[in-house]
Amino acid sequence: MKKSLIALAATAALALTACSTDTETGSDGTDAAASLTVADAWVKAVDDGMTGAFALITNGTGDDLTITGATTDAASMVELHETVMDDAGATVMQEVDGGFTVGAGETFTLEPGGNHLMLMGVTAPLEPGAEVSMTLELADGSTVPFTAVVKEFTGAQESYAPESEDMDMSPSASADLDGS
Amino acid sequence: MSRGDTAATHAPSRRGFLTGSAAAAGVAVGAAGGAYAAHAAQPGPATDTAGLNGARTHDFHGTHQAGVTSSPGAHGAFLAFDLPAGSVKDDLRRLMRLWTDDARRLMSGAGALADTEPELATAPAGLTVTVGWGPKAVALAGGSEAVPSWLRPLPDFSIDALEDRWSDGDLLVMIHSDDPVTVSHALRMVSKDATNLATERWRQTGFRQAYGSHPSGTTMRNLFGQVDGTANPPLASDDFAARVWIQDGWLAGGTSFVLRRIRMELDTWDQVDRIGRENAVGRTVDTGAPLTGEAEHDEPDFDAVDARGFPIISDVSHIRRARPDDPSQRIVRLAYNYDDAPRGNEPAEAGLLFGSLQADVDAQFVPIQRRLAEADLLNVWTTPVGSAVFAILPGCTEDGYLGDTLLD
Repeated sequence: MKKSLIALAATAALALTACSTDTETGSDGTDAAASLTVADAWVKAVDDGMTGAFALITNGTGDDLTITGATTDAASMVELHETVMDDAGATVMQEVDGGFTVGAGETFTLEPGGNHLMLMGVTAPLEPGAEVSMTLELADGSTVPFTAVVKEFTGAQESYAPESEDMDMSPSASADLDGS
Repeated sequence: MSRGDTAATHAPSRRGFLTGSAAAAGVAVGAAGGAYAAHAAQPGPATDTAGLNGARTHDFHGTHQAGVTSSPGAHGAFLAFDLPAGSVKDDLRRLMRLWTDDARRLMSGAGALADTEPELATAPAGLTVTVGWGPKAVALAGGSEAVPSWLRPLPDFSIDALEDRWSDGDLLVMIHSDDPVTVSHALRMVSKDATNLATERWRQTGFRQAYGSHPSGTTMRNLFGQVDGTANPPLASDDFAARVWIQDGWLAGGTSFVLRRIRMELDTWDQVDRIGRENAVGRTVDTGAPLTGEAEHDEPDFDAVDARGFPIISDVSHIRRARPDDPSQRIVRLAYNYDDAPRGNEPAEAGLLFGSLQADVDAQFVPIQRRLAEADLLNVWTTPVGSAVFAILPGCTEDGYLGDTLLD
């Protein structure tokens, strides 16, 4: 059962991405793309401001791989965020130091309330059911393109950490992830 | 696609087990002994010992949607949605892609994407999620020329007392499973993913006999106590295919679905004795056999008369009036009981969510309904209070999505 479920999930992820890969994937990142695979990618629907992207990222190689950044045309900036507990016991999100390292053969989970990709300066409304092309940047200079589907989502309404030193360049840093 | 019963964790599959046992032993299992002996193609009732029923899955992908090709689960939910004014084709496309992804994952026993309660998805128990369109959705996707001539509200019938709150709609989602928690969760995901894309118009939930209460394959009973659905052909039979599947155009592999909410007056039905009840239907209550036969699946003999020369099966009984003389008019029934609590000043209401599958509503369903409206003894105790007609979309491939034959 477990095996078939995983296979189905992978199939579903492929199906979601299958229809919009003609223009965005380009020719970059071919090496790492074969080794780091992205499944179940989705982005929380917003009209503007900030939002999060989530996925299961699997490292099929025998070496650890580190994700150092991400890009998308749907937002002016993307950061790699972790969720931590602050001194008052509240969960806050902040940019992670040193990127996300995906261990050899392991799956790294980006999820609401946990590690995620933070999209800032969303350029156009992200409407449920639409697809967003994104690219992961790895420490070795390669890139991994993937497609995320936009989903309506109201869960895990963490507040963003406004005092984070890493965030001094972002004027909208104090807004909620929810953006509403 | 054949029926998609794939029991992922136990072999042989449930349906394979049923077929195998019936074929190998030729036995008539259970209380209905011999009732189906004449129907070799239809596996008879059999106790299901094949494993955990919660793990049972239907394949989502295929020529047809699995909610039509599989036997309905014990619990059913029918949701109608309306498209907001100003909806454009891409809005419908996005909704169909979301619902397709939900159905694909949930039917496999996995949580939906962005599912906040994926644990509620782990026992599909034969879950099917099936999508249909009303005329407005079809026109949005493919223009008015794509709308089948039968896709419209049914003609008015004298017996109808239709209420808007149970009628019509731009989109239909049918959810069937043997587990009511699974149904509820699927319903929740479908509703969440409709946010800003469609608004719920009505929701009707119903039930059949629970899984495990009776041997699998037993014909359901409605709340009048009657065996209900005997005349359905076996799911994978040529007869079923001929009645149900649309052959041409963007709906090839799809079908049509009429949902009639039929209120049943249990209080006045209580006053009818058993002879009166059996006369009204034309079947016995205990086995569902026609009054001219011994077993449920015996063919009724409408020409048989009693010693005084009267027909044994009344000319105005339900089965006589419902049975088309023209075989091309036959339908496939997909029914659920409902038993709703009182609302405000309204009394409790019980009845039947009577679903009818057919290739052409006007050619198959309407003539039957017209005959029943003209004369059917059961009309004394039944009133249609809701009515809706939808085109059930064809199935889709792993690379596709429901509705892609018109949206792409």
